[in-house]
Amino acid sequence: MVASDDAARADAAHTPLDQTARTVLDEQDISRALTRITHEILERNRDSSGLVLLGIPTRGVHLARRIAERMSEVEDRTITAGALDITMYRDDLRLKPARALEHTEIPDDIDGKVVVLIDDVLFSGRTIRAALDALNELGRPKAVQLAVLIDRGHRELPIRADFVGKNLPTSLVERVKVSLVETDDLDAVAIRGESA
Amino acid sequence: MIKNLLSAGDLDRADAIRILDTAEELLGVASRPIKKLPTLRGRTVVNLFFEDSTRTRISFEAAAKRLSADVINFSAKGSSVSKGESLKDTALTLQAMGADAVIIRHHSSGAPHRLAQAKWTKGAVINAGDGTHEHPTQALLDAFTMRRHLTGSVGGDLQGKNVTIVGDVLHSRVARSNALLLDTLGANVTLVAPPTLLPVGVDHWPVKTSYDLDSSLEKADAVMMLRVQAERMNASYFPSAREYSRRYGLDTTRLNRLPDHAIVMHPGPMNRGMEITADVADHVRSVIVEQVTNGVAVRMAVLYLLLGGAADESTTEDSSTKDRE
Repeated sequence: MVASDDAARADAAHTPLDQTARTVLDEQDISRALTRITHEILERNRDSSGLVLLGIPTRGVHLARRIAERMSEVEDRTITAGALDITMYRDDLRLKPARALEHTEIPDDIDGKVVVLIDDVLFSGRTIRAALDALNELGRPKAVQLAVLIDRGHRELPIRADFVGKNLPTSLVERVKVSLVETDDLDAVAIRGESA
Repeated sequence: MIKNLLSAGDLDRADAIRILDTAEELLGVASRPIKKLPTLRGRTVVNLFFEDSTRTRISFEAAAKRLSADVINFSAKGSSVSKGESLKDTALTLQAMGADAVIIRHHSSGAPHRLAQAKWTKGAVINAGDGTHEHPTQALLDAFTMRRHLTGSVGGDLQGKNVTIVGDVLHSRVARSNALLLDTLGANVTLVAPPTLLPVGVDHWPVKTSYDLDSSLEKADAVMMLRVQAERMNASYFPSAREYSRRYGLDTTRLNRLPDHAIVMHPGPMNRGMEITADVADHVRSVIVEQVTNGVAVRMAVLYLLLGGAADESTTEDSSTKDRE
C-alpha cells in the first residue's frame, strides 16, 4: 500500500533532521506565503463575512490561526479560526491502534457559509477526503475551499488545493517536514531524502 | 491501551486520562445536528445482559450506535439462558455470529473475567457490572463528571480532590471501581457506611473509611450517594429504613454543610427518600442527570479506544503514532 500523507508526516515529524535535510522555506518565506494566501482568500470571496476558517490538527490549526490574524488586520474586525479533527473519519483507522482525538472547535454555524480548510501539506488527499466527510455531518456549507502551505503532489484522490503556499515537487521517498514555532520552536519547511 | 475493560484497576493513569480526554471530545457529538460518527461502521457490538439494567444498557447502545456499530441486544430473560444454557455456550454462539465486542453484565462477580480469560470470544470484553465486584465504565463517567466540575482541565487528573462515597458499599460494584480509579487519578476517597455495609477487606482498599457522615462533609469536593441494594440484602444490615436515612441519607441540612463548589452524585437508580431526599436529588448542585449524558460520551470513548484501531497492535506502528501530538 502506498504511504498516506499522514503516515509520512508522522514519520517526518519524529525523525530528527539529519544531514540530508534541505530547508526549502524559512520563517520569512512562510510568513509571506501566508500573507499572500490571506489576500487570495479575501479576493476570491470578496469579503470575510461569509467565511469560516477551519484548520486540520495539528499544524493546520496553527496556520489557520495565523491566517485569521492577518485577515483580522486587513478586514479590521476579529476573525477566529476553528479546528476540525478528522481522526474518526480516516480511511486507515483499522491499520493502526486507536489514536488519540484532537480538539474540534467550530467557531460559527457553517450552513450556507464558505468553509476554507487549512492544512500544512497536501499529499495523497486522503486527509482532505476525511475532512469533507466530517464537514458533511456538521452542516451544509455553500462551498468548501482548500488552502495548504505545501503541495507536494502524488495525489491518490481527485482533490486539489485552491490556495497554495508553495508547490514542492517531491519523490515518494522524500519526506516533507513542516515546523512551526507553536509546536517545534522554529518556522521552517524542509525536505529530507531517503538516507543514503 | 488494554484489550478488554474488566476492572477499573487495570487502567493506569495514562490510560484513564486518555479515555477521559477522548470522552471530552466525543461529548460534542451529542450537540451536533447529525449525532453520528462513521468510525465503527461494520463492527458488531453485543450487549450481553444477564441482569436488569436501564441506563447502562441504553447508554452502551446509544454509544455504539453513535459510532455506527451494529448493536445486538441480548437479555437473559426470554433467551435460551432460561432453558439452562451456560455462559460458555452463549458466548460461543455470539462468537460464531461474529461479535467484535461483548459488553457483559452478570449477576456473578468475575463472569467478565471468565469470558475474557477463557477466550470463548475473540472480541473485546467490556465489564458493564458483575455482581458486587466492579463497574469500570461507571467509575470512568464519575471521574469524568468530577473532572469537568472540579478541575475543568483536559489532560489533567483529580490530584488532591476529596471524594466521599456514602452508603451500601458492601453490595456496590460502583464503589469498588470508583475507589480504584479515583486512587489512580490521585483523589482521596473516603467511604462512609454503617459497619455492616462495609465489605471484608476494605482496609486493603486505597481508601479511608468512616462510620460518621457528618464528619466527612466539610472538606468534600464531591459526595457520591450509593443506592441501598435491597434486592441483594438477605439479612438485616440496619435496624430500619428511617434510621438509615437519618444517619446516612443526604438531606438539605447536610447539603448546606458542603463547600460551595461541591457536587452531589448518584449512580442511579435512586431511592428517593432513602439515601437521598428528593430536594437534594433535584438541587442545582446535583449532577445526577449530567452523569447519564456523560456516560454515553465515556462509553463511546471506551468503545472507540478498544475497537477503533487495528485488531492486533504492532509495536513499531504503535511507537510512531503514540508520539503524534
